[in-house]
Amino acid sequence: MIRHGSRRWLIAALVAAFAVSWFSTRFNQYYLGIAIDVGINIILAVSLNLINGHTGQFSLGHAGFMAVGGFTAAKLTLLYGESLYPFSLIVGGIMAALAGLLVGIPSLRCKGDYLAIVTLGFGEIIRVIFQNSQFFGAATGLTGIAKLTTFFWAWGIAAVTIYVIAGLVNSTYGRGFLCVHDDEVAASAMGINPLRYKVTAFVIGAFFAGIAGALYAHHKRVLQPDGFNFIKSIDIVVMVILGGMGRTAGVVVAAIILTLLPEVLRSFASYRMIIYSLLIIGLMMGRPQGLFVWPIFKKNAKN
Amino acid sequence: MEWFVQQLINGLALGSIYALIALGYTMVYGILRFINFAHSDVLMLGAFAAYFVAPPVTHLFPPQSYAGALAVLLLSAVICAIIGMLIEFLAYRPLRRRPRLTVLITAIGVSLFIEYTCQHEKVFGAQLKPFPKLLAEQNFHPAGLSINGNDVVVVVVTALLLAGLWYLVQKTRMGLAMRAVSFNEKAAALMGVNINRVISFTFGLGSALAAVAGVFYAMRAQGIEPLMGIKPGLYAFIAAVLGGIGNLPGAALGGLALGLIETFAGGIPALSNYRDGIAFAILIFILLFKPSGLLGKTQVEKV
Repeated sequence: MIRHGSRRWLIAALVAAFAVSWFSTRFNQYYLGIAIDVGINIILAVSLNLINGHTGQFSLGHAGFMAVGGFTAAKLTLLYGESLYPFSLIVGGIMAALAGLLVGIPSLRCKGDYLAIVTLGFGEIIRVIFQNSQFFGAATGLTGIAKLTTFFWAWGIAAVTIYVIAGLVNSTYGRGFLCVHDDEVAASAMGINPLRYKVTAFVIGAFFAGIAGALYAHHKRVLQPDGFNFIKSIDIVVMVILGGMGRTAGVVVAAIILTLLPEVLRSFASYRMIIYSLLIIGLMMGRPQGLFVWPIFKKNAKN
Repeated sequence: MEWFVQQLINGLALGSIYALIALGYTMVYGILRFINFAHSDVLMLGAFAAYFVAPPVTHLFPPQSYAGALAVLLLSAVICAIIGMLIEFLAYRPLRRRPRLTVLITAIGVSLFIEYTCQHEKVFGAQLKPFPKLLAEQNFHPAGLSINGNDVVVVVVTALLLAGLWYLVQKTRMGLAMRAVSFNEKAAALMGVNINRVISFTFGLGSALAAVAGVFYAMRAQGIEPLMGIKPGLYAFIAAVLGGIGNLPGAALGGLALGLIETFAGGIPALSNYRDGIAFAILIFILLFKPSGLLGKTQVEKV
């Protein structure tokens, strides 16, 4: 997606995010909140896309990584003050990346269905640990987190995430992810270590999910372990599937649409998951490549 | 000692239920090589079928008699067998030649669809419903122990079903066809086995067993609700992996083992909060060190 002059795009995006953030007090706070949700979901979807899409390792535990980042960062700012916010984002990301390393290791042995179950299991184990940890407030979670996530942070980091992951996948090194996705045996015959690429994908994906969790914590101001259950992971997976696995541009579009849609269709809230599940089944039968793969995106985004 | 024997019987009953569910996972995996995520929802539908069928049917029999309970059990099994075959026909059959990831995602979609449709207020609703008492609560008191009569019924019925299943798979023509398809689908087709019929039959059989397990599970639970199948489904899946997926005696053995582990771990207060975590930890441990399970055969990956 981003290749030539990509750095210019990144800087432009950051400046734009900063400018919007500068004037954010003039906007309707409700819409601003949704806009920040969109930014966070873009980070989540694009980072999961690296694991599920580009590398082809179907993971159902992304909410777990998000929880690790969110709880770590929230606890940091609660204990040591708000000035630590940018630092807490990084620490949250690093802790999630460590969790990703831990989850990445079983992916050496498991494939397909098994990997999905194992990552689901890890996500649930992370949740159970938070639920029983007094330090993180047990089942009630953390409350009274400072509201520090602004439009700039959410969208700025979303731009960085897209820049890093799209840049990574398009780099010489990053082609290895696609090789592992297409054929592991052939990849290892070509001197690519599938194991290393899979773990790398998990670590990088988890890192950004952790940052997204940290942003989320300082946006919603309340964290509950139950909020990071299997359904949260499925939400992100649906974004990736709808956008097209391995298509960054499509996934970004899907993340935007799927965040805005429930807000627009409030009255259909009870049908939301029914529609999502039908969407998944329908897409797998009719359009497994995703909904948002138009010719304009094909040249750059199809990998 | 008394505590131990009571936990043992309780664990055996729970383990029997897991074994019945695990057989469905393992049979489908043996033939189609994919995990039927919707299996846990078929189990829930079995409990709901019994819930709706029980009032009119039990009227025909003496109250809380074995004959009445058996009739409810049979009807619920037949209903679920039809549902299982329908799921296979509508969702999985069109995808049989597609990549396994596509089928896996579809299975997750089917599972979510059933769960959320049933949770909708216009279908079953999300609240807990009291399950009708099919059998009277009766306790035996041999040698100072207190043994729940229903637990004994569960264990005995499961043992009979396992024996029947063994006969079906080993001694009948359909069983021979099932084993042939599981061994090599193409060769079986060339030998004149009707693949579609065998797969349909397998889904029906597995779903009928799941329905029986669902009714038993509901008899022990506080009540029934549309998400009730998730936990036993997950444990049974872990049981199937523990025994070696694709292996029928392994699934029964794994189910019993998991039921016993759960009851004994639940009886120890320090561990009871982490019960779900422990089950996943077992799963991850097996997949890491012996992915073929206790009784499974190691498979060589062919290019």
